[in-house]
Amino acid sequence: MFRLRPEANAETIAVVVEGRTILVPAGASAAAAVLLAGFSSIRETPVEGNERAPYCMMGVCFDCLAEIDGVPNRQSCMVEARPGMQIRRQIRARKIDPSAQ
Amino acid sequence: MTIGLAIVGAGPAGMAAAVLAAELGIEAALIDEQGAPGGQIYRGIERSQSNSPLGTHYLAGQALAAALRNSRVEYRPSTTIWHIDPEGVLYLESGGRTDILTARRILLATGAYERPVPIPGWTLPGVMGAGAAQILLKTGDLVPEGRAVLAGQGPLLYLFAAQLARAGAPPIALFETTPLENYFEAVRRAGNLWPGRRMLLKGLGLMLAAKRAGIPVRRGVRGLRALGNRRLERIAWEGGELAADHLFLHEGVIPNVQASLALQLRHEWDEAQLCWRPALDPWGQTSLPNITVSGDGGGIAGAEAAVLSGRLAALGAAARLGHIDETERDSRASRTRQALDRELALRPFLDRLYRPAKSALVPAEDDVIACRCEEVTVGRIRRAVRLGAPGPNQIKAFTRCGMGPCQGRICGPIVSAVIADTLGKPIADIGTYRPRAPYKPITVGALAALSADAGD
Repeated sequence: MFRLRPEANAETIAVVVEGRTILVPAGASAAAAVLLAGFSSIRETPVEGNERAPYCMMGVCFDCLAEIDGVPNRQSCMVEARPGMQIRRQIRARKIDPSAQ
Repeated sequence: MTIGLAIVGAGPAGMAAAVLAAELGIEAALIDEQGAPGGQIYRGIERSQSNSPLGTHYLAGQALAAALRNSRVEYRPSTTIWHIDPEGVLYLESGGRTDILTARRILLATGAYERPVPIPGWTLPGVMGAGAAQILLKTGDLVPEGRAVLAGQGPLLYLFAAQLARAGAPPIALFETTPLENYFEAVRRAGNLWPGRRMLLKGLGLMLAAKRAGIPVRRGVRGLRALGNRRLERIAWEGGELAADHLFLHEGVIPNVQASLALQLRHEWDEAQLCWRPALDPWGQTSLPNITVSGDGGGIAGAEAAVLSGRLAALGAAARLGHIDETERDSRASRTRQALDRELALRPFLDRLYRPAKSALVPAEDDVIACRCEEVTVGRIRRAVRLGAPGPNQIKAFTRCGMGPCQGRICGPIVSAVIADTLGKPIADIGTYRPRAPYKPITVGALAALSADAGD
């Protein structure tokens, strides 16, 4: 679990993590938003379904993959939170939607 | 249209190179994956406040970022480079749109990332890099809730301990994994420490700050393990166990060579820093005439050295592009080189002191995950080696290790070390993965949108 430091940036942005609106400091990544929302893991691995949390936070490890605004497999540590952003944890491999063009 | 210089990465090296290149009259573009300048060391720098718990050395990045913003550099943030043609064509993606940039010269300033630390349990939620946790603090003012332990070695570990204490979230313990013989070896081989005294004092200051903050330090920790069911619950080591919610690991940083390897630049194994790095001349020139490397991507030397090597690369590029002659290049470079020598003076001492223990490079247990993406264990790699897979690229085919989304960035160093250990050969003889484009995943749509004439 993570929390904000007492003198955190007062400028906040509202994002939606797994359907719940939370406020995060401006500049925070989508990955940070998931951690602030109280989730200990951000994805389940495609191979064995193990829970994972971000490991590197700088775009190297891909353990922070999440669905952002409907697009799966995004590196959430490299995406800055924007107002209204919809963030979902990624459970195993991305789903291929046959109805999508 | 072809520009003079394309710079990859807006960390200290890339920012400094871009600003000087523009001053020298080069038409320069700076491409960076992040939305704001700073790289990892100065990540979030433009939002930082003067009372930041990150401290004065971090705030030094503000001037670099401001200089970039005030320059004539074409700065392209939030842009991913997914392929570089050695002839000078860069394939970009930004916001789902692809683009092509052609440049007479390319400077790779791709920086470094934390050396993966494959201890048992390192894939459990609750375990992350110390630098990763520091990025959460830099970008979003996040601090760990509950009991955090910092484990590993190197200046960043002590720095982050002090920063967490200032941010109101001191770790419950700092475990130093430095093998005790490293202290003797570092002093014995260090030679003259006087030129590096400023950096040495800075390091001692960091250790003192952690001590003043009342953080218990345990030295010579061996056999570190992360334990828990679905997330971290306990940390164990030879001689003890401790309940914990967070484990932040750090065994130094290694050059980010994904792009330079994909470009098949000549690389060398650096036995002092235990990493691969591109072979460079004093101007950062690689084995390809139009490509240079500066900053930690060419060998670990720190942010201040990265700024200086970025400036040298800009001077080198300006001479090659005909903006200045070699006499002017050399005269402008001489003071920069002197400053760089001072920055590098302490490096042999630091490299030897913080040389990771073998157990941090090659997990002793076969059931430890080596490839986090494809969940391939050390034991499976060893078995594939015994079946005849001679190197990292064959291990990929045998086990899928390195074929997940990170494309071997995390498992690469581990796989090479495990193969070397299994065969009883030096890592230099084993080599490393040969990464390929796309360097980062792109959608089929973005790829298809690349029009055939875009490069003309």
